[in-house]
Amino acid sequence: MERMVQIYGCLVSLLQKCIFRVLSVGPMPNHIAFIMDGNRRYSKRCNSMEGSVHKAGFSVLKTMLKYCYEFGVRYVTVYAFSIDNFKRNSEEVESLMDLMVEKIEGVLKEESNFNRYGIRIMFSGNLELLSQPVRLAAERAMLATANNSRAVFSVCVAYSSTDEILRAVRKSCEEKWDEITAFSLGGSEQDEMDHRIILTDIEKHMYMAAAPDPDIIMRSSGETRLSNFLLWQSSHCFLYSPSALWPEIGFRHFVWGILNFQRIHFYLDKKRKQL
Amino acid sequence: MLFSLHFSPPPVIAPLPFKPLSHVPHHHHHTLNMLPSTHVLKPPLCSTMEHFTLNHHGKGGEEEEEEVDQTLPLGLRREAMPRHVAVIMDGNRRWARSRDLPVRSGYEAGARSLRTIVELCCKWGIKVLSVFAFSSDNWFRPKVEVELLMSLFERGMQEDTGIFLRENIRVSVIGDLAKLPEALQELILNLEETTKNNTHFQLIVAVSYSGQYDVVQACQRLALKAKHGLVEPGDIDASLIEQELETYCSEFPHPDLLIRTSGEFRISNFMLWQLAYTELFFAQSLWPDFGEAEFLKALLAFQQRRRRYGG
Repeated sequence: MERMVQIYGCLVSLLQKCIFRVLSVGPMPNHIAFIMDGNRRYSKRCNSMEGSVHKAGFSVLKTMLKYCYEFGVRYVTVYAFSIDNFKRNSEEVESLMDLMVEKIEGVLKEESNFNRYGIRIMFSGNLELLSQPVRLAAERAMLATANNSRAVFSVCVAYSSTDEILRAVRKSCEEKWDEITAFSLGGSEQDEMDHRIILTDIEKHMYMAAAPDPDIIMRSSGETRLSNFLLWQSSHCFLYSPSALWPEIGFRHFVWGILNFQRIHFYLDKKRKQL
Repeated sequence: MLFSLHFSPPPVIAPLPFKPLSHVPHHHHHTLNMLPSTHVLKPPLCSTMEHFTLNHHGKGGEEEEEEVDQTLPLGLRREAMPRHVAVIMDGNRRWARSRDLPVRSGYEAGARSLRTIVELCCKWGIKVLSVFAFSSDNWFRPKVEVELLMSLFERGMQEDTGIFLRENIRVSVIGDLAKLPEALQELILNLEETTKNNTHFQLIVAVSYSGQYDVVQACQRLALKAKHGLVEPGDIDASLIEQELETYCSEFPHPDLLIRTSGEFRISNFMLWQLAYTELFFAQSLWPDFGEAEFLKALLAFQQRRRRYGG
């Protein structure tokens, strides 16, 4: 029986690799972002224990990461914890934070895996809002994988797009203020124009500045909204919202997302070249 | 809950604000001063529940309720109507091409579709409609097409001024207007001035606009204020940014629902900051074919959604 399961596993893996080969003929997304929605609903449906609400979700995350990197997607971003999620009940927030520390420690132990595959881990968000254990664990993980350059895994934690934009606006005003005050004596209108803040001034201060804009944002559970995730960066990306809850997300959803991305890619590319 | 503290019930005798063609100044403008000054993405600005529940508690509420519901198609709940709907009017050119018509016909059909939706919004109690008429990216289209669009905007504004005045509709135009032909700029300013005191409904037309442009221009204005000592860069918070965004001209600056037609699943740089918790609806039909039935479908879908705002 065990032998049968092994053979079945190998066949599935072979089939997946074949499908990836076929998909690779078309354009490939460089950056996929995930909003992992539906964990609580799944847990209610399965009557799971309180503590295991997000564990099933984490296991699906690992699988999707594997698909992304095997398929050659260089940048993967996940919405792990929004600033607005701090509003949730303290038990849930605490269990999420504990899970995060647990998983980060696990990653640090298996450091060789991330280093073997050349994956750099980044934690994007207002990390000062996190408790010290989580923040320190995050900083250690970033340091341990800082030299990796084949792929990037961004975990958005204590993140919200409006907070990201606000911080970037504040920083660019501070930067320009230094410049402007240096020229304020006898400053002309032309000086004012020359020192106006432009798009790139703001963009470079975004938490997500190190990654290109996502090509696909996938939100599970059928909710079609961004919930304050990558608002700035999603201006031209493909929004995909399968109705399956996050713990139900699998290979077929991944493939379907890629196929739809490829279908519209030619049109989007033409538009981008016009800009 | 914030609205329930400051919102006064409607007067007994006056016609309902939800009735089409109402000219009775209603009380919505009072709430403008009550908008929270802190982080403005709190639920009260986006949710519809508290706002409409109070009207049912006003005097003569039962009679009003019966009368009001007759203007709504079956299935739509008055208390769950979005206050602000945004639309990306995509598909005009494809519509024309599919009928072997010139591009101009596509845009004209699109304008007719817009008039229908404005009428429905007024009838069904939606307070604000924002439409993405011309993106910053659209400047890269062929010159002939850009000129055609500019002339259509001019004509549309001239022809519909009477309707806006009659129906008590306020028109606001957002975007980098300095790039538009001068004649159109003047027309826009006059139209905004003429309709600025209208209160039944607001039509926001985004021309030469993009969400990123909006944030950049807000940032530039804040930098200028910092230069003149009006604000410290370190004190800049979400509400200060909100006040500088072009959607600050509206009582309800954040869309509750965004509809994009023609089956494209992206936002294309429309209102990024304001769409943080907006429900997105992607309609398959092309914009000139988007009529009452499709709009109803989008609103019904919106009313099924559970909005949690991260909670």
